[in-house]
Amino acid sequence: MSGLVKMYHLNSMIYATISYQNMGAWELFLNSLLPMLLGAIQYTIPLTIISFILGLIVALLTAMMRISKSKLIRIPAVVYVSAIRGTPLLVQLFIIFFGLPSIGITIDPFPSAIIAFTLNVGAYASEIVRAAILSIAKGQWEAAYTIGMTKTLALRRIILPQATRVSIPPLSNSFISLVKDTSLASLILVAELFRQAQEIAARTFDFLLLYTEAGLIYWAICFILSIFQNSLEKRYDRFIAK
Amino acid sequence: MFLSVKGLAKSFGENEVLKDINVDMEKGSVLSVIGPSGSGKTTFLRCLNALEQPNKGLFAFHDGLTLDFANSISKKELLELRKKSGMVFQSYNLFPHKTALENVTEGPTIVQKRDKAVVLDLAKELLIKVGLADRMNLYPHQLSGGQQQRVGIARALAMEPELMLFDEPTSALDPELIGEVLRVIKDLAKENWTMVIVTHEIQFASEVSDYVLFMDGGYIVEQGSPEEVLKHPKEMRTKQFLDRILNPA
Repeated sequence: MSGLVKMYHLNSMIYATISYQNMGAWELFLNSLLPMLLGAIQYTIPLTIISFILGLIVALLTAMMRISKSKLIRIPAVVYVSAIRGTPLLVQLFIIFFGLPSIGITIDPFPSAIIAFTLNVGAYASEIVRAAILSIAKGQWEAAYTIGMTKTLALRRIILPQATRVSIPPLSNSFISLVKDTSLASLILVAELFRQAQEIAARTFDFLLLYTEAGLIYWAICFILSIFQNSLEKRYDRFIAK
Repeated sequence: MFLSVKGLAKSFGENEVLKDINVDMEKGSVLSVIGPSGSGKTTFLRCLNALEQPNKGLFAFHDGLTLDFANSISKKELLELRKKSGMVFQSYNLFPHKTALENVTEGPTIVQKRDKAVVLDLAKELLIKVGLADRMNLYPHQLSGGQQQRVGIARALAMEPELMLFDEPTSALDPELIGEVLRVIKDLAKENWTMVIVTHEIQFASEVSDYVLFMDGGYIVEQGSPEEVLKHPKEMRTKQFLDRILNPA
């Protein structure tokens, strides 16, 4: 539980330095900005990026399994995707953090969140990756075969680079969703952005101001990400047949 | 004899597309395959490099490579067969994320693992040969159809295959771009490449081929020299087809 200890330590540090009592609205807004941004930088953003990268790896493997000719390989992937898509993310998070300790597996809040979000992104993104691979014209596979490529080589050199471009818009969607979904980690004690807002709100009872402020920070992060998405799309534009 | 095909048959489900195809090819000869849509000519071509795996049939190559499709074919044999031929597609199928030059170097460097510098020289030479000296670093979508198809030809040649397969190489092209592609293929014929060309260009077929097959309904209806099949066809079906193509109105 070292993560928990560290987190409480951090919070008490912030509370020790800032007293939120008797502040005007604007002052409260400015003073709570620091802990919230700190929560975003320390937890929300790393949690999003790490889970997304790991999730993409899971997604690619799952997509490959689902495209496989062998039923034995396909079925586990189908079950995994169905289970994750069929249960709430919050339930998955609670099983990992609150459930697993009862069978002797105790995981800190932050890694618990990483595991839950990775599995979640992996399942949803695997459908995107699978669809993107299937969207590449059959002629591309055939052209790769006629220059002597095996299926694996064709996938790596010819199909995936093109599928990447196709999947940028839907994957960006997943990424932006994930930024917001990380707020659920507040419920397993990860001191991320929204958790900071909750803590301060609990002390000042200024729910409207603080939760709106949290919302604005999420919006700002997502806005920056969507600009990044546009430039990524342009950079990969040549990767697509026209 | 370069390749002897015996008893080639291919079905898609219930649909028998090739019924009993027997062809012999000489080394350095050009074989043209003509026939109406759905006659099986493209399937025949695609069977030659196992893009469609035949249900039956025996391929015997001059160097002893023999594949009997009545038995199951191993992956290794399949790759051996594919290595023999280069293919040019109706819709070019260039890799859109690679430049013209990269399309040509991809196979030799990545698949054949040949020396990069040597391959680069070879690829440039081939692109110059097909008339694209000033287009090498463009992406496929920046090229016209005729230019793309010539890159496709260079890409196939770069693998140094023994046999070149052309699947209606000009059917997707604007009429004014057909000539530039046909000229490249004619040059290859002069260099004694062994080629199989599926085409609707009857005039071109009669100029370039040593041998012509007319296919219909999954059978070879008539085969022989271009003079025999195209100028003096014996079969009624061949006459009808040629008449309709040469006098469309």
